[in-house]
Amino acid sequence: MDLKELYQEIILDHAKNPRNKGKCENYNHDAKAYNALCGDKVHIYLNLEKGKNIKGLSFEGEGCAISLASASILTDTLKGKDLSFTKKVTDDFLKMIKTKSKITLNSLSEDQITTINSLSGVQEFPMRIKCATMAWHALLSAIKKKEV
Amino acid sequence: MNIKNIKSEFPIFKQKINGKPLVYLDSANSSQKPKVVINRMSNFYETEFSNVGRSVHSLAVKATNRFEETRDKVQKYLNAKHREEIIFTKSATESINLIASSFGDKFIKEGDEILTTELEHHSNYVPWHFIRQKKGAKIKFAPVNKRGEVEIDEIKKLINSKTKIIAVTHISNVTGAILPIKKIVDLAKEKKIPVLVDGTQGAPHLKIDIQELGCDFYAISCHKMYGPNGLGILYAKKKWLEELPPYQGGGGMISEVLKDKVSFADTPTKFEAGTMQTADVVAFSEAINFIEELGIKNIQNHEKEILQYGIEKLKKNNSVNIIGEPKERGSVMSFTIKGIHPHDIATILDEDGVAIRAGHHCCQIFHDKVGIAATARASIGVYNSKEDIDVLCNAINNCKKVFNI
Repeated sequence: MDLKELYQEIILDHAKNPRNKGKCENYNHDAKAYNALCGDKVHIYLNLEKGKNIKGLSFEGEGCAISLASASILTDTLKGKDLSFTKKVTDDFLKMIKTKSKITLNSLSEDQITTINSLSGVQEFPMRIKCATMAWHALLSAIKKKEV
Repeated sequence: MNIKNIKSEFPIFKQKINGKPLVYLDSANSSQKPKVVINRMSNFYETEFSNVGRSVHSLAVKATNRFEETRDKVQKYLNAKHREEIIFTKSATESINLIASSFGDKFIKEGDEILTTELEHHSNYVPWHFIRQKKGAKIKFAPVNKRGEVEIDEIKKLINSKTKIIAVTHISNVTGAILPIKKIVDLAKEKKIPVLVDGTQGAPHLKIDIQELGCDFYAISCHKMYGPNGLGILYAKKKWLEELPPYQGGGGMISEVLKDKVSFADTPTKFEAGTMQTADVVAFSEAINFIEELGIKNIQNHEKEILQYGIEKLKKNNSVNIIGEPKERGSVMSFTIKGIHPHDIATILDEDGVAIRAGHHCCQIFHDKVGIAATARASIGVYNSKEDIDVLCNAINNCKKVFNI
């Protein structure tokens, strides 16, 4: 186990300066996730345009560096993307955490891939996996939910 | 045996965690087990095991005797008046559920009040919540003060003619506050209200004289007292046990079972349905021997010294904020570090072999009240030393390094 793998600079940066924090404008979908083990909370807000494009994406929440960074990276990566692409990235991300693979999506920039992959350090810390995945699960539930 | 080198009695300390000696500061969660307890369990399974209270063969007699001898030992250790007042359960949680369910079913009606505090563990709130839902009762929470204590006056204010039971913790598992149980019981006695004490954090650290405390119910978690996991105790005054309906039905707890009616065994058997944790109960005798050999007062003094040292040392660290400042504190210190979430603290400390707990410690009501989502908690057991605290403090500095603080 290596702490440096877990707490990479990218993660600390996102945890300290989370992107897209707050309720995004005109959000029409939202969902919460809660980690009863440690009390971490995340609330995802989504402005889904005609059920196709993610016009706005943001989060509110409190929690550890991993959960904040994960939510921040999620919103940063997927804002402005279309729905099928978002689902694909989310699936790949959850698969990456589970099977220790790395993400290699063509349509993401190299920077974005490096950023997402920075969360893979959590694989070595099984008790922390939920911290990294809860925002992504919340995103999936928000997409599934009816418009508010 | 000597407290100074007591670590050698605990086999778990032989191993390294992440290449470092184990510094175990999570005893409020569960304590480690001395080898006398571990050996007794395997020895019992190897030579004496059988189910208790049922068969008549030699092993069954032996096992039953050992089982009942532990009941006698617990009675003596707690200074309970009768051996029948000691019920074995799977946990302190089950002990409280038993009373909430049996007492609640019989004595709590719509509009009645259950008085508890904002310091309770979920195990002394959620069982009462069930009764609230089932019966339409109310739960009143005596507020916690700035020092992380619950004052006797706050409890006094909330007692009224509708109060049917008072359920309070002996020691808070977050702030470490020791509650004035004796005073609460005296107050309740005037109004003839029974008192349940969640002794999960009390029994491992304090001398418990149940007759002197005077409470009606006392819940104990044996695995926090150097005993086997999966074992709890309920102390209840005999008059209650005779009056209360059984909690679970099944083998062992009956007197006669007919197609149209069932009658029950006398207490304590009435409350011990199904196969009991025989080996755990038998080995718990050794845990009591272990505590008695060291002396609970000596354990208490030792833990107090380590705790004091820990609190003073943590206070010197500017980034550390200790939660609560109770005048009387049990073996717990919860803290936060500015800019680092407790969950991250726990992971980073683990790299240095330091085991603590992070989260809301099953006390969400308290954490909501003080507006903190989670805390880090270091808790002391008999095997901890000042060196352990030094390692903790160095590890905390490593956290700050990882987070560039």
